[in-house]
Amino acid sequence: MTTPASPTSATHTPAKLRAGLPAFSANGRANLIDTAGAWLLGLLWLLPLLYAFWSAFHSSAYATHFSLSAPLTLENFVHAWQAAPFGRYLINTFVLVTAILAAQLVLATLAAYAFARFTFRGSEVAFMIVLLQLMVMPDVLIVENYRTIAWMGLRDTILGIALPYFASAFGIFLLRQAFKTVPRELDDAARVEGANAWQVLWRVYVPLARPVYVAYALVSISHHWNNFLWPLIVTNSVEARPLTVGLQVFASTDQGIDWSMITAATLMTAAPLFIAFLLFQRQFVQSFMRAGIR
Amino acid sequence: MNRSSASWVPWLLLLPALVLLVAFTHYPAVATLWHSVFSTARAGASSVYVGAENYQLLVEDPVFWQALRNNLLFALITVPVAIVLSIAMALWVHRQVPGRALLRLAYFTPAILPMIAVANIWLFFYTPQYGLIAQISQAFGWGDHNWLGQPSTALPALMVVTIWKEAGFFMIFYLAALQQISPTLAEAAALEGASRWQFFRRVQWPLLMPTTVFVVINAVINAFRLVDHIVVMTRGGPDNATQLLLYYIYQVAFSFWDTSYAAALTVVLLTLLAVVAFVKFRLLDSRTHYQ
Repeated sequence: MTTPASPTSATHTPAKLRAGLPAFSANGRANLIDTAGAWLLGLLWLLPLLYAFWSAFHSSAYATHFSLSAPLTLENFVHAWQAAPFGRYLINTFVLVTAILAAQLVLATLAAYAFARFTFRGSEVAFMIVLLQLMVMPDVLIVENYRTIAWMGLRDTILGIALPYFASAFGIFLLRQAFKTVPRELDDAARVEGANAWQVLWRVYVPLARPVYVAYALVSISHHWNNFLWPLIVTNSVEARPLTVGLQVFASTDQGIDWSMITAATLMTAAPLFIAFLLFQRQFVQSFMRAGIR
Repeated sequence: MNRSSASWVPWLLLLPALVLLVAFTHYPAVATLWHSVFSTARAGASSVYVGAENYQLLVEDPVFWQALRNNLLFALITVPVAIVLSIAMALWVHRQVPGRALLRLAYFTPAILPMIAVANIWLFFYTPQYGLIAQISQAFGWGDHNWLGQPSTALPALMVVTIWKEAGFFMIFYLAALQQISPTLAEAAALEGASRWQFFRRVQWPLLMPTTVFVVINAVINAFRLVDHIVVMTRGGPDNATQLLLYYIYQVAFSFWDTSYAAALTVVLLTLLAVVAFVKFRLLDSRTHYQ
């Protein structure tokens, strides 16, 4: 969901965003109280993650016994990996996220092109139909969507999880805004050169909207990597379960209360996205800002 | 190719997206309304029209009212607290606090982790006897408390998790907005001898208003949409103390398999989201126009 009024909306100065998060100087240095407060909150915010690391890399004897001499171990990861098919879950999540993103990009590109560059009867009604999804997300329509997916015979399949998310109003909206900023002259010039509508889309619009594609892709990937309730409802076998559901099955049924193993599994679930985030931190933050909302 | 020539071209471009949108958003919304006035088909009894019976049931269902109350309370508390914290975070990161890159990372990280994963970590925090909070409070001699097991503390405990997860996410929107406020305003305020609080209250806060509206709306929607942590941490208990609307819908539909009653509950949730949407457009109407 996005708000054109927001200073972070997609319409706003890509150049500024590309420049990153510039250091602000006019507001002066922070005093001691600021620093202390900021870091106190920062530590509080980090605490759950620090604890998860502690617990995952130490044997369960040290799960709540904090001692500098506690030996580090990878055993929890090995056990968790062996106790549940996390490899399979990882592949499922990867396939799921890729399929959703690919479908979203193709469908949103076509629809956004139609809205941005064609004048046609009923375009406003069609756009309202699209925008409605920003208010009524598939996430809350679990009962009826489950009925539809079951009717289609897609229960317990990755396609069944993915299908409701293929058409993204948010993606269409974002790309439409981006396409509208493409100068009409470029479009006309390409057509004078003899390019047809497809070629214009592919050679002019898509390359120019690249930053928006990247932003949308990162937002979509992190949203669907983390999605849980709908996959939980649709799947009931190892073959279709994504990581999030796999983790929940593992944590709630298989393990009793071996916290060290559960935190190890938790870290494994979050690791690929988290590592990607650490590597591309700036792009992630800017994408979320640019995209407004996942 | 002439833009106005073939009127079917744009419709062809829209077709795949529109078909899927209608199939998984508009159709199910209408079907929810339709199914909410029928009974659930059971073995030996097919679905029949029952009028407002499901809604009658709903009005008399204390669990529904509890879920609604919890959900409103959840939104009413988590949204303002997360916003105050996210503004504080943004102001701090915006100033030159030492190590602010790391600080920004610390604040934002919870936002990109799966709720299901962080809920498991917090579950352990809250566990009586073994949990981190229990260990600390026992070390100080404050005794043990079953945070998630007591109806009085279970919902606040879940609110803490939501606030922790969302504040850093909202921070980046405030940060972006702060960076767009002209530095000359701060200089002018300094010349006039304004205190930091006056500068925030009179300059920054009003200029941050569009961001606040945006964040509030998304936060409220999330409060009704996100129940992953309920599944992991409390399953609506103890004694429905942490029951939220969407989780109740999930329970009624997929544990009790009463899809008609779940449909009636979904209608309530859709109505609430419609109210949010209405407020959103009213609030934003004066400042924005789609073009």
